[in-house]
Formats: sequence, structure tokens, C-alpha cells
Amino acid sequence: MALYRGGSSIARRAWVGSGLFLSAGLARAEMRFNLQQPITELGQTVYDLHLLMTIVCGVIFVAVFGVMFWSVFVHRKSAGYKAATFHESTTVEILWTIVPVFILLGMAWPATKTILAMRDTSSPDITIKATGYQWKWGYDYLKGEGEGISFTSNLSTPQPQIRNEAGKGENYLLEVDNELVVPVGKKVRILTTANDVIHAWWVPALAVKQDAIPGFIRDTWFRAEQTGVFRGQCAELCGKDHGYMPVVVRVVTQDEYVDWVGKKKAELAAAADDPNKMYTVEELAPRGEKIFAANCAACHQANGQGLPPAFPALDGSKVVLGPQDGQIDVLLHGRQGTAMASFKHLSDTEIAAVITYTRNSWSNNTGEVVQPSDIKMAREE
Amino acid sequence: MAAIPGGADHAHDHGHDHHPGGIMRWVTTTNHKDIGSMYLWFSFAMFIVGGIMALVIRAELFQPGLQVVDPDRFNQMTTLHGLIMVFGAIMPAFVGFANWMIPLMIGASDMAFARMNNWSFWLLPPAAILLTTSLLVPGGAAASGWTLYPPLTVQMGIGMDMAIFAVHILGISSIMGSINIVTTILNMRAPGMTLMKMPLFCWTWLITAYLVIAVMPVLAGAVTMILTDRHFGTSFFNAAGGGDPVLYQHIFWFFGHPEVYIIAIPAFGVVSQVIPAFSRKPLFGYASMVYATSSIAILSFIVWAHHMYTVGMPVAGQLYFMFATMLIAVPTGVKVFNWVATMWRGSLSFETPMLFSIGFLFLFTLGGFSGLVLSMTAVDVQLHDSYYVVAHFHYVMVAGALFSAYAGAYYWLPKWTGHMYDEKLGKLHFWLSIIFFNMTFFVQHFLGLAGMPRRIPDYSLQFAEFNMISSIGAFGFGLSQLVFLVVVLKCLKGGEKAPAKPWDGAEGLEWTVPSPAPHHTFETPPVLK
Repeated sequence: MALYRGGSSIARRAWVGSGLFLSAGLARAEMRFNLQQPITELGQTVYDLHLLMTIVCGVIFVAVFGVMFWSVFVHRKSAGYKAATFHESTTVEILWTIVPVFILLGMAWPATKTILAMRDTSSPDITIKATGYQWKWGYDYLKGEGEGISFTSNLSTPQPQIRNEAGKGENYLLEVDNELVVPVGKKVRILTTANDVIHAWWVPALAVKQDAIPGFIRDTWFRAEQTGVFRGQCAELCGKDHGYMPVVVRVVTQDEYVDWVGKKKAELAAAADDPNKMYTVEELAPRGEKIFAANCAACHQANGQGLPPAFPALDGSKVVLGPQDGQIDVLLHGRQGTAMASFKHLSDTEIAAVITYTRNSWSNNTGEVVQPSDIKMAREE
Repeated sequence: MAAIPGGADHAHDHGHDHHPGGIMRWVTTTNHKDIGSMYLWFSFAMFIVGGIMALVIRAELFQPGLQVVDPDRFNQMTTLHGLIMVFGAIMPAFVGFANWMIPLMIGASDMAFARMNNWSFWLLPPAAILLTTSLLVPGGAAASGWTLYPPLTVQMGIGMDMAIFAVHILGISSIMGSINIVTTILNMRAPGMTLMKMPLFCWTWLITAYLVIAVMPVLAGAVTMILTDRHFGTSFFNAAGGGDPVLYQHIFWFFGHPEVYIIAIPAFGVVSQVIPAFSRKPLFGYASMVYATSSIAILSFIVWAHHMYTVGMPVAGQLYFMFATMLIAVPTGVKVFNWVATMWRGSLSFETPMLFSIGFLFLFTLGGFSGLVLSMTAVDVQLHDSYYVVAHFHYVMVAGALFSAYAGAYYWLPKWTGHMYDEKLGKLHFWLSIIFFNMTFFVQHFLGLAGMPRRIPDYSLQFAEFNMISSIGAFGFGLSQLVFLVVVLKCLKGGEKAPAKPWDGAEGLEWTVPSPAPHHTFETPPVLK
């Protein structure tokens, strides 16, 4: 699992890069040439299957091109070699049709067994729903220990690192604010779905990749055999920040998991809002700012200027400065035919807070408060 | 049909004189050689445009962090690079070869539908303009990958509509070109040239043309459904309205997998002409080559969902598509064995066309093997949408189709221009290409295995070295292609006079006409013994 953690000077990289090309393998023992070391039994099967396939293919490749290069070196016109005249042989043709069929049958057997095991998602210990959003993952613990826990998981790499204004951390682009926590040795079933476009939930060390499709539920599973932190990414192109929605899974011991569940539940209870409370701008806007940063700023930008024309500015926007119902409607239902997805998965208080924030930030100065009860009413319509 | 060769004979009777001159010659031409040349020049121009986009991608990926383009532009680059290379560069290149060579190979005076041929070509530039100028419209070009998966495609701006329109136009052009090729091959062969006596290049194009006619309308349907989902309130691919985003993927890949062979099969044809010529020995197993090619074409219709192992198909579906996909290895293997057997105990020489053919054979087979690895569902789940796939299809598309196109271009340049090309520069082009190609793409296998997703503008630090090597290779490869341009321009300007048959091992009717091939050939069909 050793990740490369190196300096960042271009010159050094270029030197290492070209050095490697010349003396492959010598430069860095840490570089990987194979699949990541799996931490599940199924992953090990896949790892072995891939290795077997690669070796079989390699042997055939060397044999066939051994023959070709023999010909290239021996049967040369410049060496005075005279061409033979043969140009067909039914026996040979039949032979090299049948033999590959048997080799393929030999390969198909272990491959079939692995797929059948891979697709058996029955009797899980814990079921978690992973929802893809542009561009983050949401996790809901649906069944088993930890049931009811729910949070979103955002990239935590700071922008200056991406913009090359700061040194890159060890887990650059593969770190999140809230990791998915699961216990070791338990069968974890992951249900995938999406809110907007197709995403794919991928953790190489778990040998798991499953598309998350809006409007449909798919499933996959894993049983981690060792503790640790395992990192993956969204694998299906999902728009602008496709490269910035990592998946981080922390596998912990059973005891640690129980502790984590207790802590997380207490946190969620403390953060629960009274839906009937009436707020002031001062109470709601700071909370809205955080929600804006986590959900909206990727497109509409922290300064509210957006990235027109695909992502319009909110500063001075007609919708934001217009009637509240209009803006609530956009947040609850999205805008068909644009990148604006529905945010109805946020709570009433969260939506109220973020709307209040946008109506009282930058040059927007309406002084209006949108209350959670307004959102609740709009949802019921 | 029979009226056309005779009619053309009468109308033109050896006069180039009443042809319009200057630009109008090219706009109004119905001559298969002129149109073939225009196809080839067009495809090379598109190859450069698509190549520049690839270099923007590789420049951004030279090191971690965002340096060159923002993520949105990056996605536009990957999308247009794919669309332009597939529909603008590779497909027109082989249609260019077909136009130039099929009439010469079968002893026909021109293509069957000479005027439609003109229109097939002149549809291409508007499509190319739509695709490239979509970068300048508000919202930029389509940024959903060349596969155009919804619902992402529904979010795009007007650039997406331009891409859809361009795909429609390109599809119409390919269908017309293919109808022309099928008709020409079936009706205009010289007396005595039975189907099983045709050069293999004609066979591969006959099969390819049927594939094009079968699947291009499917693609047109798929993108039209996206268009109506975008603008006319339909919900083909929107679950909220009763549709299914995965439906699009099934339709797209029902087109997309045969498309792979639309690109590869004419490449097989070119190589099957070149290898025997420089081995000075007839193609081994001609009949089995024809059967193998047909089998590949038929199988290509029933394997599409191996591009979709991670969408959550039923396990029976995954198993079926895995077995069917593995089966393709059999006829493909037969072809490779036949080429090697053709070289075996030949009298080999290594002019540039032969070098590119051997490069094709070696690297295409490597791409075939990585394809076999990917056909295993359980392994593919790990490698799907990773750089391993990027490496795999570039071995098939670049080392496969492009190298074969170069082999064909060097092989027939003397016939087209009347001059021998510069052999030294040709060899330089080959060696630079093969070295930089492998430097660019071989390391991408490792990136994919280690877990780097495709279509990302930025990556974590563990992927830094291989990406840097790959980017250096890409720039080397891109610049090497300018050598080819120099070779062609030199060859057009002058050089050693080419005889009618510059390659002593070459066979076929195209070598019985003088070099350069006169404007009109085979006005009276040749007679085969």
C-alpha cells in the first residue's frame, strides 16, 4: 500500500520520468505494476485471475511473435532467402481454430466461478446506501449496526493544493471530510444510486466498482479482512468535478465500530433541528454559508459569481432576488435540462439556511429570512 | 449499374479539359481518385486537430494539480478528441483508401454512384466545423465523453446539440459511402473476378460497409433520443419520467462495438495486402481470412454489453456477454496466425509499409490480449473506466488502425503521386512512432491497474511518474507525425519516378495501370484469366 510521497519540483519529476523510461523499474521500487493488493477474499481471487490471464496471454504472445521474429531475422530477402510458395492448409487452419477454443474454455471456468461469487449479495451484516451527487457521496446506513446514521462525504483537499499554490499532501485528492466507516470481517452490502447523473462507486482494494444510476438501485458487497483506510474514486464521468469525488473507506475493529456508531448517533441527535423554530437572518446565514460551501460553491462559486453561462451567478440573480417560492422551487426540484439538480435531500432547515444566505450575501441584501416551515409547506404542495 | 461505366466512358472520353479548374475542380469532382484524395487529406487534417486536443489532455496530466485547462475544458477535450479521431480521422481515412483503391483493385472505372460519392465527402467538412466551433459557443463543447451518456448529456449547453447534429451528418456520410462501396464491389468487378478472387482489402471493406449500414442508424436514433430528451420533454433516459439511463448505453454500444470493427476490419484488409507483397509469397489462408473476418463482424453484434459490466446487469447477462466476447478471440487469432504464416519462409524485405504492418501485427495483438483480459467480467469490474481501458483501445485504434493506415499510405503513395517516397524519412517516421507510441500508452496499463480512473484532469501523487512518462511520449508521438506530412509533400513535389509496379512482390490490378494512376482508368474492363 505504499503510496509515493515525493517532492514536487518539475525538474526532478521529469528526470525521474525519463530515467524510468530508460531503465525501467530501477528508478522506483515503489511504483506499481499490478492491481492494488486486495484486502478481501474475493479481491484476492480477482487478483489471481488477472495474473493468470496475463501470464497465459504473455506466453501465447511470446510464442506467436517468437515465430514471427524468427521469420523476420532468418527469412530475409537481403540474406538471399528464397520465398516458399505454400499458401493454405486446412489442417493447420482447423488446428489453430480449435486449440484457442480449449484455452478459452480453460479460462472461462475460473472466471465464471468468480462472477457468481461476486454477485452474491445475500445475507449482509450491514447495508449502506451510497448516493452519488455532483460531486460528493452521501451515505445512509440502512440496516444492521449503525442503522440511521447518515452523512455526506466531500473532498477535503484544499483548493490551493489543486491550484498549485500549496504543497500537495500525502493523500492529495483521495481524502474526505467524513469517511465511510465499516467493521472488519462483516459482510457489507452497498446499495448505489445517484441524485443527478451516473456515478460509479469504486474502491480498488475492496475489488468493488458499481455504477450509481439516478432513479435505480444497484448493489455490490465486500467483506474486509484487515483494518485500515482504503481509497478510491468515482469511476464514471459525471461532469466538471468528476476527478474530485473520492471514496474513502475506513475499516475498523468491531469495538471501534461500536464506539464510532455511538458517537455518530449522538452527533446526529445534537444536530437535529426543530422544524417549527423561527429563525433570524443572523441565526440562519452562517449555517447557510457552510451548506453553500459544501453543496453550491463548486458551480456557483464562493463569491456568488458562478461560471456563466453553464453555472449562472447568484449575486444579483433574478431568481435569488425574486419571490421566495421561485427559489425554493428550484432548490427542491432542480432545473430540467441544466446542471441544476434537485437538493431535496437536504433538510428543511438546511434549505432554508442556504436560501437565506444567498439572499443576504455579496451584493444581495434583501434582509429576508426563509423559514424551515416555508420549505416544509413547499414540499407538501 | 452497368450503364455507368459505359456512360462515363462516353461523356469524359479522356478529356480532363472540360473539368472546372482550381477549387471548383474539387468541389464538383465525381472522380473516385480526387474524392479519395480529399478523404485522405481531410482525415489527416482531423487527425492533427484531434491530436492537438490529445496533447492538451496530456499537457494537463503531465503533473498533478491543475495547470493548463480547467476541468470543464478538459472534459470537452476528451470528448472532442474521441469524436474527431473516430468519426473525423480514422473512418474517413479508410473510406479514402476504399475510394482510391477499390475501383483500381476490381478493375472498375469509378465508384457506382459517382455524384453521391461527391456528396458523401462534402458532408464531412460541415460536420467537422460544427464539432470544432462548438468549443467557442457559450457553455463550450460537449463534455460528456465521446460516448455521450445521459443524463450528463442533458445538462450540456448548445455545444451538445452541435455535436449531435455533427454525428447525424457524419452518419449520413458514412452510410452513403458504404452503400456506394457495397454496390461497386457487388456490381462492377471486372469479368472473371469472382468474389473469392477479390483482393482481401475489398472483402474487408464489403464486410465493413454492411456493418456501417447496420449500426449507424442505431447511433443516429440514440443521439436523436438525447436531443428530444434535452429539448422536447421526452424521458427516454430519465428515470423520473419512466425512462432508463442504461437503455442509452445498450443502444450506444449496440452501435459502438461494431464500430470498433468498422475501424479495425479495413485495417486488417490493408495489412493483408502489404504483408504478402513484402513477403513475396501469397497470403496464407485467403478463404479462412474471409471467413474469420465475417465471423468477427457477426460476433461484433452480440457482445455489446461487455462495455457495461458495472451497470448492474443480471449475472446471466454478464456471463453470456463474457462468453460471447471471449469467442471473438478465435477468429482474431486465426487472422494473426495467417499473417504470421504468410511471413513464414517468405523472402522478407522491410520497406516502410512492411514495417508499419509488422508494428500493427505486434501491437494490435497486444491490444487484443488486453481485450481478452478485459472480457473477464470479474477482472473488468476492476479495470472498467480506468486507464487500462484507455491503454487497451489506443493499442487497437492507434497501433491497429492508424499504423495500418500508414502502411497503406506508404504502400500506395507511388501509385497516387507517381513518385517514390523518401524511404529514410519513412523509416524514421516508423521508428519514432512505435517508440513514442509505446512510451505513451504502455505505462497507462500500469496506471489503470493501480486504480487511476479515466477522464480525470488531476490525479493523486502515486500516479505521477507514469503520467509524466506518458505525456512525454505523447508529445514525441505527436511531433513524429509531422515527418509523415513532410514525406507526403516531398513525394507530391517530386522524387524518383515510380514504375507501374514499384514493389516486386505486389499483386493486383492496381499495379497494371501506370504511376501516377491516370485520371480515368479501366474504362474498358480488364479481362482476368
